[in-house]
Amino acid sequence: MWPQKENTMRQIAIYGKGGIGKSTTTQNTVAGLAYLGKKVMIVGCDPKADSTRLILHAKAQNTVMDLVRELGTVEDLELEDVMKVGYGDTKCVESGGPEPGVGCAGRGVITAINFLEENGAYTDDLDFVFYDVLGDVVCGGFAMPIREGKAEEIYIVCSGEMMAMYAANNIAKGILKYATSGKVRLAGLICNARKTDKEFELVSALAAKLGTQMIHFVPRDNQVQRAEMRRMTVIEYSPEHPQAQEYRNLAEKILNNKMLVIPTPLEMEELEDLLMEFGIMEAEDESVVGVAEAAA
Amino acid sequence: MSHPIKKIEGITKESTEELIAKTLEVYPEKAKKKRAPHLGANDQASGCAAVKSNKKTVPGVMSARGCAYAGAKGVVWGPIRDMVHVSHGPVGCGWYSWGTRRNLMTGKLGVDQFAMQFTSDFQEKDIVYGGDKKLKQLLIEAKELFPLAKGISVLSECPVGLIGDDINQTSRQAAKDLDLPIIPCNCEGFRGVSQSLGHHISNDTIRDYIIGTREFSEPETPYDISLIGDYNIGGDVWSAKALLEEIGLNVKSVWTGDGELEKIAATHTVKLNLIHCYRSMNYMCKVMEEKFGIPWLEFNFFGPTKIRESLRAIGERFDQNIQDKVEQAIAKYDPIMQAIVDEYRPRLEGKKVMLLVGGLRPRHTIGAYEDLGMECVGSGYEFAHNDDYERTSPEMPDATVVYDDPSEYEFEKFAHALKPDLIGSGIKEKYVFQKMGIPFRQMHSWDYSGPYHGYQGFSVFARDIDMAVNSPTWKLVESPF
Repeated sequence: MWPQKENTMRQIAIYGKGGIGKSTTTQNTVAGLAYLGKKVMIVGCDPKADSTRLILHAKAQNTVMDLVRELGTVEDLELEDVMKVGYGDTKCVESGGPEPGVGCAGRGVITAINFLEENGAYTDDLDFVFYDVLGDVVCGGFAMPIREGKAEEIYIVCSGEMMAMYAANNIAKGILKYATSGKVRLAGLICNARKTDKEFELVSALAAKLGTQMIHFVPRDNQVQRAEMRRMTVIEYSPEHPQAQEYRNLAEKILNNKMLVIPTPLEMEELEDLLMEFGIMEAEDESVVGVAEAAA
Repeated sequence: MSHPIKKIEGITKESTEELIAKTLEVYPEKAKKKRAPHLGANDQASGCAAVKSNKKTVPGVMSARGCAYAGAKGVVWGPIRDMVHVSHGPVGCGWYSWGTRRNLMTGKLGVDQFAMQFTSDFQEKDIVYGGDKKLKQLLIEAKELFPLAKGISVLSECPVGLIGDDINQTSRQAAKDLDLPIIPCNCEGFRGVSQSLGHHISNDTIRDYIIGTREFSEPETPYDISLIGDYNIGGDVWSAKALLEEIGLNVKSVWTGDGELEKIAATHTVKLNLIHCYRSMNYMCKVMEEKFGIPWLEFNFFGPTKIRESLRAIGERFDQNIQDKVEQAIAKYDPIMQAIVDEYRPRLEGKKVMLLVGGLRPRHTIGAYEDLGMECVGSGYEFAHNDDYERTSPEMPDATVVYDDPSEYEFEKFAHALKPDLIGSGIKEKYVFQKMGIPFRQMHSWDYSGPYHGYQGFSVFARDIDMAVNSPTWKLVESPF
């Protein structure tokens, strides 16, 4: 065997329902890791390209695909054209892609990640790479970050809302598919609180059912929005604020997390039972299914 | 059926079935089960289809098939001489289908005598952002660069369908802006099991966008016909058309060899459609029959026997005037043909031929070989359907092997057993059999020769076959097989 250099870089992918706050949570967590002295790269895998604005204080970064379109071919592209460095020496790349309804955004993610690999973006000094992925894993392209040799740790951002939990369970199903053939593991649920009833208990219970943990409960706080308006993370905007401490705590937990599991996703019925158990859903009453409010 | 039963010495139903069984032996169980119904011994008397067809190729075998795009671009659209044909997608599909079928064209050398072909040369960015804008720009440039073009066809390659580009909308808009017929054809290669679906899609596209949109400038006559399914390979159309004109018919349009868009568009006013390649164009013949009441007739212009039969059948659709001219033509050409037969037949008598080709040749050319005293000991198609095999059965000698979409292995195995003196197939097969010491003719593009259609074609055909079979080269080759 050839002697192999120990690779300590951890690659992490963040998934979750659209609009749940993946990008905000990712950037604030990355800022927390940078605060702890870690070297991080964020790879935005979403044509909307909003995964790095809080780190870069920029409206939008030049994306890999933007430049490919401008220059004609991906071969003419240089790494420094697309990689920017922001808060805490964090490297930022956005894959970019088409506006909704045309072309193939999934292929954009594949093109961008291949480009980063071929051009040596994954340097040895990096402690973490974070992939912030489009909410709905609609095709193979958006599974690129968890293919062989890339992210092996996955965090799902969710809340106590029913649809967010459905989505989390579905993503766990996707992870299961890749976990059986590779090293991809579920590392935990991050609850981005929406102040729904019994949210903490509910998400903890879901995590337990999935065989994982709720790694952190991020309370809802408008300080996040205030920082976002200034295109900053809370950690940079107001390091003394309690919310900044929450993200630092999350970063610390991720840093020390050893609980990587093959998830055990729930059947639809189990999931509904869980919701009933916590009083979110009422016991099924067949007489009301499909009956409009006015008709009842 | 009135055809006489043809027998070949040493070939019986049992011997052919044994050969098939032996050939299938090497396959795994599943592949064997799938392939078995595609191979059979011909039952000439029943005239029914002996084999299963038009099914997905068994994975892992070497097949001679093409794709839907190949059927659309290579067969139907490519030969239309006054259009720009756009291969929309990555460059390879357009490049490797550029003029490879030898569809000859009339015109001024260097001005309009060649196929005008474009490709949009897709790159990563076109996949990710979609290729519609590039297509729009390309169409503008195509019109500018080729002002003589009467229209543009847009033929989608695989990725266009995968990313969901709307070439129909882009073409519709560009047609308006440029005031030029722009015809989108959704013939992505992954559709269907072979090139056959590409023919069908193209026929449907002609139905939806072209037929009935123009009128001929000359007044109608009772002798107006169109020649369908002749792609002018090596000049076939010119030979066939001259003969049809000699018997008094007006060939108003040709689909699509040396074809012109505006004449194709006006074909709905002819009195009879004569169809040579049934497989690739029967769809439009049926459409024109239903929609415009135009009858259609299959015919065969390979070899004097079949030409004679076909001319008389065509004559029967018209008045005495045409029938007289048919007889005059036959009387004129019969002695010329007899002279050719007298020259070549002694050298070719009893020689055996095996065929594997595309649309019509595995059945249509059998008569021409028989005119030269040869026998067909096996025949098959790459992409035929049941109705093709129904038409093949009466032409082939009884009990000979019929193979549908055979793998290279099966084809080789049959050749080993049947020891033909000639194989007529495609470029992928050519060198395999030549290395086995078997004379070969590339029967897709007439091996850089032609025409083979009509009386004129038969003289070329006879010369070529003799040249292949009796070449002294083969005596110098020692085959290790």
